Amino acid sequence: MTPNQLMFAIFSAVIIIFSILTVTSRRILRAAIFLLFVLVATGGLYFLLRFNYLAAIQLTLYAGGIVVMIIFSILLTSHIAEKLEAPGLKKIIPAFFAAAGGALITIATILQHKFPTEVISGSERTDIRLIAKSLISTEKFGYALPFEVISILLLAAMVGAIILAKKRKD
Amino acid sequence: MNFSIYDFTSFTQWIDKFLYDNLPAFWAIAVEMTLIGLVILVFYALVGLFLVYAERKVCAFMQNRVGPNRVGPFGFFQTIADFVKLMMKELVYIKNADKLLFNIAPFIIIIASFMAIAAIPFAKGLHAIDFDIGVLYVIAVSSLGVVGILLAGWSSNNKYSLIGAMRSGAQIVSYELSVGLSLVTIIILAGTMQFSAIVEGQANGWFIFKGHIPAFIAFIIFLISSTAETNRGPFDLAEAESELTAGFHTEYSGIKFAFFFLAEYMNMFIVASIAATVFLGGWMPFHVSGWAGFNHIMDFIPPFVWYIGKTFFIIWIMMWFKWTFPRLRIDQLLTLEWKYLLPINLVNILIMAFIVLMGWHF
Repeated sequence: MTPNQLMFAIFSAVIIIFSILTVTSRRILRAAIFLLFVLVATGGLYFLLRFNYLAAIQLTLYAGGIVVMIIFSILLTSHIAEKLEAPGLKKIIPAFFAAAGGALITIATILQHKFPTEVISGSERTDIRLIAKSLISTEKFGYALPFEVISILLLAAMVGAIILAKKRKD
Repeated sequence: MNFSIYDFTSFTQWIDKFLYDNLPAFWAIAVEMTLIGLVILVFYALVGLFLVYAERKVCAFMQNRVGPNRVGPFGFFQTIADFVKLMMKELVYIKNADKLLFNIAPFIIIIASFMAIAAIPFAKGLHAIDFDIGVLYVIAVSSLGVVGILLAGWSSNNKYSLIGAMRSGAQIVSYELSVGLSLVTIIILAGTMQFSAIVEGQANGWFIFKGHIPAFIAFIIFLISSTAETNRGPFDLAEAESELTAGFHTEYSGIKFAFFFLAEYMNMFIVASIAATVFLGGWMPFHVSGWAGFNHIMDFIPPFVWYIGKTFFIIWIMMWFKWTFPRLRIDQLLTLEWKYLLPINLVNILIMAFIVLMGWHF
C-alpha cells in the first residue's frame, strides 16, 4: 500500500462515515458540522490529485463560506435543546428505496466505465495567469459567459436580500 | 552534509536521503511527516508561550508599568508558570451544553491555524509545503477557524457566548474579504501565488517598495483587516470582557481555554508572517541596488533572523494597536469594512493592475 492509497482510504472513510452521520443526526448543528468534515475531506482528495487550486477553492467556498452560512442561520433560528423528530416508517421506506436506487445507478455506471490506465500527467504548477485568462476568455473553454451570468444572479440575490431586510414604512 | 544557517536546502535534503536510504519508502514518508509535524508543533508551542510574555511586556510598556518580573530574569518564565497553572485547572463540564461540539470547537480552531503555519517559508529551504497556490491555501485554511468560534459560542448554551460568537462570525466573514483582496493586489504584482516564488521575486526590492503607493495602501489595509480577522483589539468585541465577560470562550476552563488563547496568538503570528512574507520580503535581506558593500553586510545576517525580525516587528505594531485604540462598536466595525476598506481595496487593485500593465514597477 502506497502512502497515496492510504490517504485515499482515510479520506474516503471520513467522507462515507460523516455523510451518513450528516443525514442521520437529529441535531441540526451537528449535521452541519459533519457536512463540514465531508467537504474538508473532499478538499483533501483534490489535494491528493494535485488539483491544488480546486482544493483551495473547495475549502474557501464550501467549508469557509457555505458551511459558515448554514451555521449562521442555524445559530439564529434554533435552540440548543432542539432535536428533530425521528421520521416514521412511512417516510423511511420510500427514502431508503430512493437512496438505494440512486446508489445502484451510480455504482453500475462506475463499474461499466472503462477508466484509462495510463497516467495523465498534468503540469505540477497551476499557472494563475491561465486561470485568470480562461475566466474572462470568450473562446472555447472560456468562462466569460458563466462568469457574467453568475454575477447577475449574485447581484439579484443581494438586491433581494436588501429589500427583504429593509424596514417597511407602512 | 554541509550545514549552513544561510541555506537549509542541503540539510533537509541530507535528512531526506538518510531516511530513504535506511527505510522503505512508505516508512520514510511516514517518519518525515511525523518529524515535520513535531518540529512545527514545538515551534508553535514555543512561539505561543513567547508571544503571551511579549504581549504582557508590551502592554506594560504602553501603560508605563513594569509587567511580569518575578519568575526568572525579567519575568521571562512567567508564561511557563501560567501554563503549568492552566494544566492543573479543573475542566468544568456544563450540564446543558452540546458536549460533542463543545469539545471539538477548540480543536477546529487549533487545527485551522496549524494547517496554515505549514505553508509559511521560515528561511531558505525551511518550508514544509510549498504549494503553487500558497497564498490562496493560507486564506482558505484560515477561514476554517471561524467555524470553531461559532461552535464554541453556540454549544456553551450561554447568551454571552452566543452574542460573542455571532459578532465574531460577522466580523471574520467580512474582514476576510479585505485580507484576500489586499493580498490579490500583491499577487498581481508578483504574478504568482507560490510563497517561495513571491520571496524570490523580492530579492532586488521588497514588494512594498516595488509596488509604489498601491502596495503601501494594500499593506495598511492588510494590517487593519488581519487584526480584525484575528479578533484582536481594537476589534475584540467578540470577547469584549466588559460587556460579554469573555465572549465565545466564557464557559471554557483549563487546557481548553488555553487552546483558544494559544490559537489567538498563533493566528496573530501567522498573519504577521504572511504580511512579512508578502510585503516585506520574507527571509530576504534588505537590499539597496547599487550599494554592494551595504548589501554584503545585510547578507551576513541569516535569513531566519530576518524572517523572525520582520514578523515580530509586525506583531509589535498589532500589539501597539491593541493597547492604544479604544474598542469599536459593531456598527462602526462593519461600516469601516464595507464602506471604506472594501471600496478603497477595489480601486487599489485597479491601480496596481494598471501599474503592472504599464510596467511602471521596477
